Amino acid sequence: MNPREVPLIFEESVPGRVATRFPDPDVPVVPLEEIIPKDYLRERPPEFPEVSEPEVVRHFTWLSRRNYAVDLGFYPLGSCTMKYNPKINEDAARLPGFSRLHPYAPEELAQGALRLMWELEQLLCEISGMDRVTFQPAAGAHGELTALMMIRAALEDRGERRTKVVVPDSAHGTNPASAAMCGYQVVVVRSDDRGNVDIQHLRQVMDEQVAAFMLTNPNTLGLFEEHILEIEEIVHGYGAFLYLDGANLNAMLGITRPGDQGFDVMHFNLHKTFSTPHGGGGPGAGPVGVKNVLAPYLPVPTVEREGERFYLNYNRPKTIGKIRAFYGNFAVLVRAYAYIRALGGEGLRQVAETAVLNANYLLTLLRPYFDLPYNRLCKHEFVLSGRRQKKEYGVTTRDMAKRLLDYGYHAPTIYFPLIVEEAIMIEPTETETRKTLDAFAEAMRRIAEEAATNPELVRSAPHTTPVKRLDEVQAARNPNLRWRPT
Amino acid sequence: MPVQYIPVTEEERQEMLRVIGVDSIEALFADIPPAVRLKRPLNIEPPLSDLELWALLRGLADQNGHCDRYTCFLGAGAYDHYVPSVVWHLASRGEFLTAYTPYQAEIMQGELQAIYEYQTLLCELLAMDVANASMYDGASALAEATVMARDLTRRNRILVSRAVHPEYRQVIQTYTRHLGMEIVEVPLQEGVTDLDVARDLLSEQVAALVLQIPNFFGCIEDGQTASDLAHRHGALLVVGIGEPLAMGILRPPGEYGADIVAGEGQPLGNHLNFGGPYLGMMATRQEYVRRIPGRLVGATVDVEGRKGFVLTLQTREQHIRREKATSNICTNESLNALAAAIYMVALGKQGIQKVAELNLRKAHYAKTRIREIQGFSLAFRTPTFHEFVVRCPLPPEELNRRLLPHGIIGGLPLGRFYPELADGWLLCVTEARSRDEIDRFVDLVKEVAA
Amino acid sequence: MYPEELRYSTEHEWARLENGRVRVGITKFAADRLSDVVFVELPPVGTEVQFMQPFGVVESVKAVSDLYAPVSGKVVEVNEALKDHPEILNQDPYGEGWLVVIEPTDLSELQKLLGRDEYLKLIGEA
Repeated sequence: MNPREVPLIFEESVPGRVATRFPDPDVPVVPLEEIIPKDYLRERPPEFPEVSEPEVVRHFTWLSRRNYAVDLGFYPLGSCTMKYNPKINEDAARLPGFSRLHPYAPEELAQGALRLMWELEQLLCEISGMDRVTFQPAAGAHGELTALMMIRAALEDRGERRTKVVVPDSAHGTNPASAAMCGYQVVVVRSDDRGNVDIQHLRQVMDEQVAAFMLTNPNTLGLFEEHILEIEEIVHGYGAFLYLDGANLNAMLGITRPGDQGFDVMHFNLHKTFSTPHGGGGPGAGPVGVKNVLAPYLPVPTVEREGERFYLNYNRPKTIGKIRAFYGNFAVLVRAYAYIRALGGEGLRQVAETAVLNANYLLTLLRPYFDLPYNRLCKHEFVLSGRRQKKEYGVTTRDMAKRLLDYGYHAPTIYFPLIVEEAIMIEPTETETRKTLDAFAEAMRRIAEEAATNPELVRSAPHTTPVKRLDEVQAARNPNLRWRPT
Repeated sequence: MPVQYIPVTEEERQEMLRVIGVDSIEALFADIPPAVRLKRPLNIEPPLSDLELWALLRGLADQNGHCDRYTCFLGAGAYDHYVPSVVWHLASRGEFLTAYTPYQAEIMQGELQAIYEYQTLLCELLAMDVANASMYDGASALAEATVMARDLTRRNRILVSRAVHPEYRQVIQTYTRHLGMEIVEVPLQEGVTDLDVARDLLSEQVAALVLQIPNFFGCIEDGQTASDLAHRHGALLVVGIGEPLAMGILRPPGEYGADIVAGEGQPLGNHLNFGGPYLGMMATRQEYVRRIPGRLVGATVDVEGRKGFVLTLQTREQHIRREKATSNICTNESLNALAAAIYMVALGKQGIQKVAELNLRKAHYAKTRIREIQGFSLAFRTPTFHEFVVRCPLPPEELNRRLLPHGIIGGLPLGRFYPELADGWLLCVTEARSRDEIDRFVDLVKEVAA
Repeated sequence: MYPEELRYSTEHEWARLENGRVRVGITKFAADRLSDVVFVELPPVGTEVQFMQPFGVVESVKAVSDLYAPVSGKVVEVNEALKDHPEILNQDPYGEGWLVVIEPTDLSELQKLLGRDEYLKLIGEA
């Protein structure tokens, strides 16, 4: 893959070209100044490029060819669950009944949409063991913030003003960032040498000032928290809430439910577990599920059913309010709903089983060549370390990740979680063939070999991509964030 | 049962288990305490074939009264605009759709360049220096803008016009509640922010004055005066946007000194989608770039001097700065930003002016016709873009009910958000409405109100 | 690499007494570990800083470090050159790459900092 360099669209502009034709006004044309004072009018139009329709199409099509995607190949980006995104879901989301529906349309015109949301809530409750779900959060981090706000409201309702949120040292960066946005101080709890939360340390950091413990399970090492029941006891013992970062729910579908593990609240990443496409960084959807104890604080509106009628309920006196306009990333919900209905309960369990099977299989193939800091059965993903290659050959994890691009793969997540030196975090997902896993393992083996025999080849990778390593230092020292005419 | 999205066969499964060295799938879950295992199948209906699934989804979609079946005069933060065919043909390409955040820049130059172009286009539209790669939606973007203003000024009070979209104001309240910030609402005069009151409320404690232009009633605020007022007190001017297309004809916020612009980019090529996903836009001045939340794409060169693009200034973000990050945002609305970029390119320099003018003229025409109907009047004298408020002789909810059987989705009854405007009807007329549709609408209003 | 006459903090700042004022920078170890510095955020002249409390930030592409004041007092000079040329911090951490000059309120705080040998031990280069 080495598609040609694509000029900026601004560089293609030729005065007079158009790509969209609008009609002349079919209403009487009065002087603009009669409608709007001259002071309010724009003097100079925005410098949008002037190009024809075929040029627009070729420009963005060529850009797309300079992109890697799940539709092209294996994308083992740990913690991101880059599974296949079914095409029928795309067609469904684009049905005019969904895509052309106005959010303030009268409720009687939105019954299909509301029913879909209501049913999806039931489905997510059954999958998670939670009692209610809000669809408003647009992403996982948005869900975290929403959940922490509900926790804070519930505690204030009890007359408590707690000040701290505990997160493990292996947590996603969004966890502490969300806690801070909710006005909480962040306390970090260590992991033990099996990759679990260090229970002794958790006991030390917990006190009556802790509002919540935010835990990812399986955690970001891809390991199930073996002491989940003990954690639940400790956290609830201090009257704090137990929060699940649901990023890794894929491994749990139909196997175990967060609600049964003692979690009070969680977010789902529909764009991970439930197959909605990542879109180059979004949109996703981060619905939050709660046990009844937190349900009064859900954002408004919730979707309710009365007989065969569905409606939006704004009458929730204890609500935290709204965290975005309207009701959520609805078109993403359509895709997730389609996915769950396509698979059914049985299919969802197969998703979890196969995701875990694929991860353990790949781990088994790679174990001889890389360090494995936590040598256990993994769940949906696992974390290797490139410290051996770094120490012995001066080849870093970043180098090996870049070399993988030459082999035609997206790189795994690297340097995360922070507790693993030279971390390589691999999540194959359930939608890959055994052949793909074998080929990827072979590429990794060869890279490990190259690190020993020809380290410079790896250090200077990638060699076959549209561009080579980019100067990030220059980009950050002298930010060039927009094109300007020369 | 084979699942269409899972390739592994039973034979392969057995072989893979053998390689792993366990005798069953069950063994792979041995670390999960039995007490928390689900000991029954999920209570979800059996899997659907593709044909059954399609019938189900189409059935649900068909229950909805969408803007191809009804003639829509409803706006209020979500706008029915014409979307050129190229926009989603291109944005839906699998190479864009099924990619992750462009962390591996060498194989993601397409996405990165597209976002760089989006940032440029948005800066041009708003006359700002820097735009980020997107936020969730207009409301949350505006809320984050108030937090950014707090960080920049180290002041805690935010003045927010009551003519900012009511849902945006609710979101600002929710976002700032636990950050020691104080939100003070500025009242209205003739459908726009009362700047005399704003003048009295401004002080050395105020971080920002927040207006929406055009505002929730479609009225055009006096951005220049607001800007001068805010800056005189060392406060920032934050401009909220509900309808970016207006900037094709209106003076853009950068030209009257806006410090942060944040709002909704849905009208830029994104569908109504029953409220989402939309596109949170955020832009600021060059000197504030290190305080902007969200991702930024920057231009640079590779080791061989070739032009390229990377995610940059990432130390602002949660994955590096964690609790000290400018925001917790990670996943954003990149695909919607891509669609917006394609839309802006497809419109071009001429199209953006033309579409803005069409909106303005058609709404103006509808406005002049409606106010001629007996009992109807315009609520405000202030100039408007493509929305305006009409005072009605009967409850607007009732009007909407009577119009619906004629295939018309009427405007937003304002009583829900503004009790003093219980007879207020917020109408929207975009370029997608023809003169015939407007005339028919006016005639029907006359008829059903009589 | 680690001048004898400087005092060192456990957070990798150095302090140099100059006519009753204290010039502050970061050590070679810190500069190397950050790799290419891309941005330095320093407080304006006149800011009061507290002993071993953060007073600024130094950033590389993928890391951020708080800067800690090795002595309490008032900032009287700021190295403006770093604004446009943060790379000086990597090139000359003890010279042109200084950060601020502090008018100290309690010079005895310098005694709580590490000497060269102790600092070398801290960074494992003793």
